[in-house]
Amino acid sequence: MHDVSPQGTSLGAEPLLRAISITKRYGSFLANDGIDLDLFPAEIHALLGENGAGKSTLVKVMYGLIQPNEGELRWMGQKIVLAGPSEARALGIGMVFQHFSLFENLTVAENVALGLAPTESFTAISERLAETARLYGLPLDPKREVWRLSVGERQRIEIVRALMQNPKLLILDEPTAVLTPQEADQLFVVLGRLKGEGRAILYISHKLDEVKRLCDTATILRGGKKVATCTPRQETAASLARMMVGADIGAVKAASGRDVSVPRLVIHQLSLAPDDPHGTHLDRVSLEVRGGEIVGIAGVSGNGQDELFAALSGERLSPSEGAIVIDGLAAGMLGVNERRRMGAAFVPEERLGHGTAPRMKLSENALLTGHAASGMVRRGFIDKSATLAAVDRATAGFDVRKAKRDPEAVSLSGGNLQKFIVGREILREPGVLIVSQPTWGVDAGAAATIRQALIDLAGRGTAVLVVSQDLDELLEIADRTAVMFHGRLSAPLSAAEVTREKLGLLMGGAKTGEEPSVEEASHAVGA
Amino acid sequence: MLMFEAIMLSVIAASTPLLLAAAGELVAERSGVLNLGLEGMMIMGAACAFAGTYVSDSIVVGALCGVLAGVAMSAIFAIFTLGLAVNQVASGLALTILGTGLSGLIGAGFVGQRISTAPQLHLPVLTDLPLVGRILFGQDAFVYLSVALVIGIWLFLYRSRAGLVLRAVGDNHTSAHALGYPVLKIRALAVLFGGGCAGLAGAFLPLAYTPFFIPGMTAGRGWIALALVVFASWRPGRLVAGAYLFGAVSILQLHAQALGLGIPSQLMSSLPYLATVIVLVLISRTRGIAGSAAPASLGVVFVPDR
Amino acid sequence: MPLVLERRSERSATIAIASPLIAIALTLATMAALFAILGKNPVEALDVYFLEPLTDPYSLGEIAVKATPLVMIAIGLSLCYIANIWNIGAEGQFLVGAVAGSWLAVRTNGTDAGPWVLPAMLLLGALGGALYALIPAICKVRFGASEILTSLMLVYVANFGLDYLVRGPWRDPHGMNFPTTADFDPVATVPTLIEGGRLHAGAIVTLLVVMAATVLLGRTIMGFEIRLVGAAPKAARFSGFNADKLTLFTFAVSGALAGLAGIIEVAGPVGHLQPDISPGYGFTAIIVAFLGRLNPVGILIAGLFLALTFIGGENAEIAIKVPLDLTKVFQGILLFYVLACDSMIIYRIRFISTLRKPAHADV
Repeated sequence: MHDVSPQGTSLGAEPLLRAISITKRYGSFLANDGIDLDLFPAEIHALLGENGAGKSTLVKVMYGLIQPNEGELRWMGQKIVLAGPSEARALGIGMVFQHFSLFENLTVAENVALGLAPTESFTAISERLAETARLYGLPLDPKREVWRLSVGERQRIEIVRALMQNPKLLILDEPTAVLTPQEADQLFVVLGRLKGEGRAILYISHKLDEVKRLCDTATILRGGKKVATCTPRQETAASLARMMVGADIGAVKAASGRDVSVPRLVIHQLSLAPDDPHGTHLDRVSLEVRGGEIVGIAGVSGNGQDELFAALSGERLSPSEGAIVIDGLAAGMLGVNERRRMGAAFVPEERLGHGTAPRMKLSENALLTGHAASGMVRRGFIDKSATLAAVDRATAGFDVRKAKRDPEAVSLSGGNLQKFIVGREILREPGVLIVSQPTWGVDAGAAATIRQALIDLAGRGTAVLVVSQDLDELLEIADRTAVMFHGRLSAPLSAAEVTREKLGLLMGGAKTGEEPSVEEASHAVGA
Repeated sequence: MLMFEAIMLSVIAASTPLLLAAAGELVAERSGVLNLGLEGMMIMGAACAFAGTYVSDSIVVGALCGVLAGVAMSAIFAIFTLGLAVNQVASGLALTILGTGLSGLIGAGFVGQRISTAPQLHLPVLTDLPLVGRILFGQDAFVYLSVALVIGIWLFLYRSRAGLVLRAVGDNHTSAHALGYPVLKIRALAVLFGGGCAGLAGAFLPLAYTPFFIPGMTAGRGWIALALVVFASWRPGRLVAGAYLFGAVSILQLHAQALGLGIPSQLMSSLPYLATVIVLVLISRTRGIAGSAAPASLGVVFVPDR
Repeated sequence: MPLVLERRSERSATIAIASPLIAIALTLATMAALFAILGKNPVEALDVYFLEPLTDPYSLGEIAVKATPLVMIAIGLSLCYIANIWNIGAEGQFLVGAVAGSWLAVRTNGTDAGPWVLPAMLLLGALGGALYALIPAICKVRFGASEILTSLMLVYVANFGLDYLVRGPWRDPHGMNFPTTADFDPVATVPTLIEGGRLHAGAIVTLLVVMAATVLLGRTIMGFEIRLVGAAPKAARFSGFNADKLTLFTFAVSGALAGLAGIIEVAGPVGHLQPDISPGYGFTAIIVAFLGRLNPVGILIAGLFLALTFIGGENAEIAIKVPLDLTKVFQGILLFYVLACDSMIIYRIRFISTLRKPAHADV
């Protein structure tokens, strides 16, 4: 039994791609459970669901990267079995992944050529590439090396590469995760054009406003199963969210009237050259975070956030000691552990490999940030019971689900590991907490727990700095929000005056304050 | 005049095995595999080449035996590092130890025996030219092969589709895999090619350099060849320059002794190795600002998520 | 390909314990085949190699004598390898340590120096090895040069240096032109433990080193740092550890241990300085380190096992006319099997019947 898309029924058209009862198992875990989906030409179809619902798995089945355990695919009425992506491409299915398959040290043209079948000459590909890019308003220089390009430009390579194969169906996996709101608008124009050419588009997202704006139909997945197919314009964001999550997740309670006290973290005119030659130069970054408030830093990744985090944590030292001041003490030239001893705590973006050592136990990972200032080390010797106690406290306080008392970090799911990492730091009752991408790739329940924990921490007088690509998150929890662009930090906007549009413009490089002209704004997003 | 000719000839002879071995390793490393077993593959190539020529009285058969020995050794390496995801550094060391031991076993019966060396080219007018005649037109096949090999590798890497794919695999094996390229198969082929070149380089020693087999006759050339690849920033053109530079340094000691300078022979013998250290330091330092030129996935274990 | 490699969700504890044993068993099987190819009786050959040396006390003592430098060097190397720092030049550090300590022995030879000589020699040996090891370490930290290649190149240099000294300035004038120094005075010699054998006090030092390493790696924050830097370098930085300082430290410690092993070997079993004081201890120690799974107690056992094969190889050369090179072959094969079995702790091999294979979830 499967739902026929409302659009399809009314047009009476045959579905271009039909997924029938797709099931995919990993051990005992059901990533996809009997999913039916129909895709029609000239239609933008959304695939909605929170992190972990099975969206990526389903589209990988459609693209031939994964074989389903049960179920079948039908293309234009014929049953197909895809041995690999090249067969999918040959049929006319194109895909733009969330994580790009690019080669940094090769040129744009070389990257595109590698994604196409070797039937054309290299020069022909370069010419067609420039032509296609121009045609769709996605300018690209074939000779440029990829490492020089911004994230948005890199996505263009992926899109143009897919378009050059003249796809009948184009699948996009969370394309706007790395774009500013204005760049996203541009993308929607391109997608509208493709729809007008009669192509089918499958658009994966968890951003409800986007889906309502852009998509004709939406299929919602939850826990591996298809929950519903609907017309997004006829739904509200709340009803879509309820279908995605299955229950009303309690709205995060912002503590009203928090006592905001003295500046506990001050960044003063911080300028820093990047470690990595492909990195971003920090340019006179200045910011104050007071005790009791949450300050957000928005911005598309790649604009200096990593470099700023490293400078704040002490993984990189600043040129002057006064560039970073923690609770009144100049900390710019102090190392990570000295800053921890001063009461600062940090949560980096990358859970596995940076925030934790994946193949080490949780107790050792507790030791990772705790050895400097949390009583786990006595005269050079490790107190194992103290580290285990820290694990127990984090588990209890932050609802960390795990298979045994002290497993390897890599065995926890994304959400649970993130809860452990955030809990590990919050339990130290820091005076200053700096956290990067707190809920990236985390399920809604864990995300809510983490955000509430941050708010509660601020309520106890801590200065909290949150760097996030998720505008919704910042709009939800931040008292003030600034934007990072090309290594510069804008002046913060208060919760009262901040809007998605203003943040979007800043993320695209407009100057603070004034409304930019149309030309300025479009130039800033690289049109 | 004769002095210059003699020096140049000895430089070419010293540089050729380095160039052959380094060229093959360059291809393997461009695909992302670090094969530290060069020394082991080379010495096996030497032993098998000598044995082959001794038994068949043919240089060509001997060279082929050397190449096959190199391929076989690198196949062992490929099975472990690519098939079983074993650490590449440790495997390379194991290969060197194994090769050194095996070559001793094979060569044991041949120590003290002598074979005829590879014939050198003789073109009617050209070879007899003064000064450059023998240098350019009077070499043995190995020398010309080494130059052809480098040119061939350059064309392959930069002017062919297969070479582009290889470079891509070395740059980002995750992306290459996502695009559907058989990463492990490509790397295996690159490793086997590198093994063949190393075997050929080893074969040069008893077939063209000295007509004997001496245990350990590679004397660290395999390690120097590895340093050469770093020195060349993984680019074939610079490899030639580097190989000839090192070749020159390594025969310096012979000529210094001939000149009767009072420098201890051991100091002169250690010059190539000291020079390698110095060159590595210099080349890594100058690159620091520009970032490493090494293939980004060099030495990183790849186990595809399927 | 019908076989694929797949990552396990957690490390397999059973294989972790069984791995060295499986590796040894596989190696013995391969060696048996090799013996057969060489025309020797496999059973007899294996017996000569592995069982006979265990039969008489003198042999056992020799095993301990050979194991002493192997284990000492390997412990130092294991500290480096755990942190993913590749010191391949232990052989050179061994030689330099031997030279540094011998300098004092040569200087005081024939004079009536007191019992301070031997401890001073040991100290010099450790110091010499440490400083020589710091050269590749500094090249890496300061200039980014590959420590594998630099440390290895310096082995050749150390060899030539030793050769020069014993043929030239330090050669025993009464030694009939052999390239060796004069025999060391008793005060410059490491005392033996048992009358009539060669087992010496160096063995006790080695055992102390094993114990110290066990405590260091398992219970101290320094040990945690070493393990973390090797396991997750970014996380190590986040934990406040300085990878450069650790590189210098581990190289210095492993160099010191190798140098100490060098001077003990020279001042003990050998008794004077000569060109071939090491049958490749520095390289065999690498295998000992891996066979011992980079664990101090494992290294002790592995060192004894490989020492056994050294003795076995010497016996086999005489008894069944098998070249000494076979020992190297054995060591190479053993290392390969050890690495492969170790890989099976993290990965498993699967046969695939369908076109594609399920892997771990990636939603």
